[in-house]
Amino acid sequence: MTQAVATPTRAARLATGSRARARSERSVVSIVVLTLYLLFLLVPIYWLVNMSLKTNAEILGGFSLWPRNPTLANYETILTDPSWYMGYVNSLIYVVLNTLISVTVALPAAYAFSRYSFLGDKHLFFWLLTNRMAPPAVFALPFFQLYSSVGLFDTHIAVALAHCLFNVPLAVWILEGFMRGVPREIDETAYIDGYSFPRFFIRIFMPLIASGIGVAAFFCFMFSWVELLLSRTLTSVNAKPIAATMTRTVSASGLDWGVLAAAGVLTIIPGALVIWFVRNYIAKGFALGRV
Amino acid sequence: MTLELRGVTKVVGGQVQIHPTDLVLRKGTMNVLLGPTLAGKTTLMRLMAGLDQPTAGRVLWDEQDVTGVRVQDRGVAMVYQQFINYPSMTVWDNIASPLRLQGRPRAEIEERVTRAAALMRLEPYLRRKPLELSGGQQQRCALARALVKKAGLVLLDEPLANLDYKLREELRAEIPRIFEESGAIFVYATTEPEEALLLGGNTATLWEGRVTQFGPTPEVYRNPLDAVTARVFSDPPMNFLPVAKRLAQIQMGAGQGLPALGRLADLPEGVYQAGFRPNHLRLDRPPGEALEFQATVTAGEITGSETFLHLDHEGARWVGLLPGIRDLAPGTAVTVWVDPAHIYFFGEDGRLVASAPTPMAA
Repeated sequence: MTQAVATPTRAARLATGSRARARSERSVVSIVVLTLYLLFLLVPIYWLVNMSLKTNAEILGGFSLWPRNPTLANYETILTDPSWYMGYVNSLIYVVLNTLISVTVALPAAYAFSRYSFLGDKHLFFWLLTNRMAPPAVFALPFFQLYSSVGLFDTHIAVALAHCLFNVPLAVWILEGFMRGVPREIDETAYIDGYSFPRFFIRIFMPLIASGIGVAAFFCFMFSWVELLLSRTLTSVNAKPIAATMTRTVSASGLDWGVLAAAGVLTIIPGALVIWFVRNYIAKGFALGRV
Repeated sequence: MTLELRGVTKVVGGQVQIHPTDLVLRKGTMNVLLGPTLAGKTTLMRLMAGLDQPTAGRVLWDEQDVTGVRVQDRGVAMVYQQFINYPSMTVWDNIASPLRLQGRPRAEIEERVTRAAALMRLEPYLRRKPLELSGGQQQRCALARALVKKAGLVLLDEPLANLDYKLREELRAEIPRIFEESGAIFVYATTEPEEALLLGGNTATLWEGRVTQFGPTPEVYRNPLDAVTARVFSDPPMNFLPVAKRLAQIQMGAGQGLPALGRLADLPEGVYQAGFRPNHLRLDRPPGEALEFQATVTAGEITGSETFLHLDHEGARWVGLLPGIRDLAPGTAVTVWVDPAHIYFFGEDGRLVASAPTPMAA
């Protein structure tokens, strides 16, 4: 009797054991794959950080996986030398300007596209996206000439306006996707309750698409932050962006590798900071608000 | 206060959504718009509210033409089938928002919001956001917001359609009570004849963008002006069969005749349509006079205490609503009975020519 009871129990235990082994094998495989994946993703970033903490002599001297004599001198150079840190200030100024302009302009446009149908609305909406597809190089020359002739050359607003070219359509698309998710009946209820359009838009509607506004602002920020060609073409000294500064570090003594790497690290930081705020909505943003 | 529609028409993209409509709704009346989906109930309401402009015709409010007036200036309230509230505001702020926009003093807002919330039994939830409430509570919040401003015209567009059965019963009992208190013109759209009968008041039946009849609800139910109205105001739809009057006899199907007496005596000879409601179909011969029909069962739906029997009678699809459980397999041949007193007669053009004398009996 005891035997009869014990046998199935042991069998069950054996079965559980093999199942557990299979599970642990699977988890080992997934850990290995994940580790490799992360490794490949992070190697360039690690190498950048690694370089930024070395001296030029060590960088050029040979191969070392980590800094032998870690130094913050490179960062110090950037944070004390105005010709370096003003690059960040300039970039931030025109990026923030651009984000503000893009979102402010895109909000009413997106509302119109999401709520009204008018002649050629679909074509216009698609045409907006094609702006996003044109290479900025195409626009560099006309912008340069135009801004030079009206005296906007080498100002922050010049770059901010130029970046609207691709950021406004993007923001319109993202915001339209979010707005479409808000039932039209809410608008109508608000009008029936007596809200005027501006009041409704600010008090009722914008809180409803707050995440959409955040995502749109994030994308505008990022694309403006990483854009190099237009910002470099349209500036010389007063509004010189950090990316342009970084490409001009070749001096008589050769390339300053360490400082350049430190500048690279500092350039990644603002993006990483803003991405934190919209981390939950980023996928919806990449799908242009259509999930 | 009166709301009057004069020849109101709505055409969208070359398609007529509302045919020329004349309606007069008086102060303190409950008006039901009854019709299937796509009949134009919502469109008609939007025209009344001023959310849409009519293609032709005028909307009058107290004899004043308000056709082009902005919806903000109309003094109407509307509740949708979807639970529409302002998600970013608390329930209290939701209810208070129309009053704040009117610039009412704080004390008055306080008092009126408290009363509306009490009426809709929302007191425990005033500090919550609408999306944290159940569907029924959300809809009550929307109703409270519509009532608090004391609009002269309250439009309810299938307000209970998205609620479950229990909540629907509960709110449906409350709506006439709210209505009594408000003294406004209520317009209530629904697809369910039962709801129209429960609410009472007046009913306008809609079919494909046309108001087919408007009058006191029981009156419309008892004496539908035409076959379309009878079909709309019957759930499941009315059963029809072609008949002919010849030599003082109403001939029905296979050689069965009904002496054309009383209401039928004056009818000219010719072809007619007879109609009767599903609940008047019987499987057992009723006492007294009864007409007999042969039919085949096509399907049976048992709802617990009642059976919906779908029948085929010489190509016409009939539905019988029978008390109790009748488990009949599809394909079974059955004999069904109808009391001639329950039969309506419609002319070839669909107009009612002879009403059923005893529709009250059920």
